[in-house]
Amino acid sequence: MTTHTDVHAHSHPINKGFLSWVARWLFTTNHKDIGTLYLLFSLVMFFVGGVMALIIRTQLFHPGLGFIEPNFYNVMVTVHGLVMIFGVIMPAFVGLANWMVPMMVGAPDMALPRLNNWSFWIIPFAFTIIISTLFLKGSGPNGGWTMYAPLSTTYGPPSMDFLIIGIHLLGISSILGAINIIATILNLRAPGMTMMKMPLFVWAWFITAFLLIGAMPVLAGVVTMMLFDRHFGTSFFSAAGGGDPVMYQHLFWFFGHPEVYIMILPGFGIISEVIATFSRKRLFGYPFMVGAIAAIALLSYVVWGHHMFTAGMAVGAQLFFMYATILIAVPTGIKVFNWIATMFRGSLTFETPMLFALGFVVLFTIGGFSGLMLAIVPADYQYQDTYFVVAHFHYVLVAGALLSIFSGVYYWLPKWTGHYYNETLGQLHFWLTIIGINLTFFPMHFLGLAGMPRRVVDYAPQFMPANMLCTIGAFILGFAQLIFVYIVIRAMMKKGKPADARVWEGSHGLEWTLESPAPYHSFSTPPVIS
Amino acid sequence: MMPKPMLKDYRPVNYYFVADPSYWPLFGCFGLFATLVGGINMLHHNTFGTYLFLTGIALLVITMFGWFSLVVRESIQGLHSKQMDKTYRWGMMWFIVSEVALFGVFFGALFYTRMFTIPDLSGTAGILAKALLFTKGDTTHIYLWPHFKAAWPLLVNPNPELFPGPERVINTWGIPALNTVLLLSSAVALTWAHWGFKSDNLKQVKIGLILAILLGLVFVGCQAHEYLLAHLEYHLTIYSGIYGATFFMLTGLHAMHVTMGIIMMTVILIRCFKGHFRREHHFAFEAVAWYWHFVDVVWLFLFVFVYWI
Ligand SMILES: [Cu+2]
Repeated sequence: MTTHTDVHAHSHPINKGFLSWVARWLFTTNHKDIGTLYLLFSLVMFFVGGVMALIIRTQLFHPGLGFIEPNFYNVMVTVHGLVMIFGVIMPAFVGLANWMVPMMVGAPDMALPRLNNWSFWIIPFAFTIIISTLFLKGSGPNGGWTMYAPLSTTYGPPSMDFLIIGIHLLGISSILGAINIIATILNLRAPGMTMMKMPLFVWAWFITAFLLIGAMPVLAGVVTMMLFDRHFGTSFFSAAGGGDPVMYQHLFWFFGHPEVYIMILPGFGIISEVIATFSRKRLFGYPFMVGAIAAIALLSYVVWGHHMFTAGMAVGAQLFFMYATILIAVPTGIKVFNWIATMFRGSLTFETPMLFALGFVVLFTIGGFSGLMLAIVPADYQYQDTYFVVAHFHYVLVAGALLSIFSGVYYWLPKWTGHYYNETLGQLHFWLTIIGINLTFFPMHFLGLAGMPRRVVDYAPQFMPANMLCTIGAFILGFAQLIFVYIVIRAMMKKGKPADARVWEGSHGLEWTLESPAPYHSFSTPPVIS
Repeated sequence: MMPKPMLKDYRPVNYYFVADPSYWPLFGCFGLFATLVGGINMLHHNTFGTYLFLTGIALLVITMFGWFSLVVRESIQGLHSKQMDKTYRWGMMWFIVSEVALFGVFFGALFYTRMFTIPDLSGTAGILAKALLFTKGDTTHIYLWPHFKAAWPLLVNPNPELFPGPERVINTWGIPALNTVLLLSSAVALTWAHWGFKSDNLKQVKIGLILAILLGLVFVGCQAHEYLLAHLEYHLTIYSGIYGATFFMLTGLHAMHVTMGIIMMTVILIRCFKGHFRREHHFAFEAVAWYWHFVDVVWLFLFVFVYWI
């Protein structure tokens, strides 16, 4: 063991041959390395989940069976959801946090670097297990990503057990990651970086980390009950023994709704950074933005029932969950209006990150409105389990979370690699993505309103034209992402115009005082905050 | 102008400790992977599952030993600045909060069952539930199990053929009451041990720790005895309906935590004998103490809501 008194005394990457290269990435404790690992893993899983989506859409191109078997269709729907949520959106946000939070608060690294390494490497192990369920005897998990009892208990295939332990691993990873982020933010800020001076992305992640700590153990607990119902004869979700399958839904969505905000709050943070930069203004109403995130996070714990209005819920509970859900529109509205106010009279330019941010604001708002429609109990009776729901959550997750991730990646890519991405290609990626998203998911609103149920392998012929549009859109959306891969690889190979420290004309914040690419250990001397 | 930075507590970042690359996390991943995959294969009656499971446990034990040894070495070398100390404090605190959430979901299941499921299944929703429209109505009761009667502890399940209920349940004022006394006095002993640091009396620390560990062990013994009694005499098992399910899940999870706590305190005791701690530098002790008090508080909730009312 060497003695380490200085951050520079050790652990700079030395590339001596293939093995040490592998060892560097496997054993790294550096927040940038780990951030990169998270982001690349997320990119790979994005294509895994994307292929599943395209399989689903191919099957739905026209009515009738033929492309895949019904059970395999159910497996695809289930695993697509799990991969996209736990394998793409969440790791991407954690990767961005790893890269940016230490730089934004003026720290050399994350607070607990070894734990950080562990949080990341658990995830590939978890997904090895989850993806392997597709190749197990019997069937892959086929009860939907929500794994409702009794689809997952009495009628669940043996592979369900492997899904359960995969979820346990993901839970451990998320909780450790969240603890690390909280410790970093509370403890490693440079002198003078008070809480109310922190960039909004840091605030957003701070609050998200609390959501993770509160929600992930609940998921771990509920899948444990599922495991016990399956193998040890408990009756948590069986009414014959005094339990209740609806209780599964309550507990699951008690995790599930905060999870929704885990997947969007960091996005809010990114968008707030990007819009301020490209409007060349300070963010409008900073304290209200912080307060709104906190309010959304608090409310997110008391609205879970809106996912189960038709599951046989008492009327009083329906009313409560309806009003509580609609209340969330207030802080969300504050955010949207503040973004618009930030742009008001700013000198706007429309580079790729800004385009994605604007796309986010417009399309996420549409997703928010359809959410309001779903929150209204009598209306929900009509929409529940139709494609309207599918349209809604893809507007918040794809047009919301995913666009914000793209925006953040384009925004910080020059800082990471020291080179600008190709602006023309970036804008091409943006437009194809936007066209793809709307072509895929907008018709689903009408399909749902017309009564097409979700999670079906076959459908009535009158839904065919809209479904064809959806499928064409999905393929445009899918293949447009190859441009993104090309852009990222180019940037990683250091091609393109070199970037200076500021990168963007309107950028402000500590991360832009570091040279581009940022040094291996972010701040070895505490920055001065002015 | 920005406010003056708080220089007093601040350690210059040059001296901030960034851990070296480490293979322990990856080792731990293999451990978790093998334990869980092995465990599921055991459930599926694949023989290799047992071996995989045991390998995984061994890997996890090695990981914990190696990883913590590393941290301890760093701590002894004085690499843990005040800042690092604070980081560990925040880390431990939020870890315990996540544990609260984990127990919360099982308590949630218990409360939900008692407040909503059983009244609805038996058609006996209370006046308050009816007034607030918090009942789903009597249809399940009328059409599925018209003979089911609400009770807690639930001795007769809605379908007694599928889930034969327990004959009786654990007497609150027997073993559980004794266990409460044991665990509380263990916590007192641990706090007394902690005071030893303040008066630089290492002997007091050691004696207090030993007492806390012994009381914890007796608690686990009593709990094991209670489980045997439940299985053999009362036919109260994990498969005897929702009462048994919540009972064993909650107390079992707690007993696991108590066992972990005892192991942790033993490690701390060994470290005390090795002279690892000083008056101003003993966070590992405090972390374990926090954990033990958390386990204690959970027990109080168990005693009240599982054993008593
Ligand atoms: Cu929700």
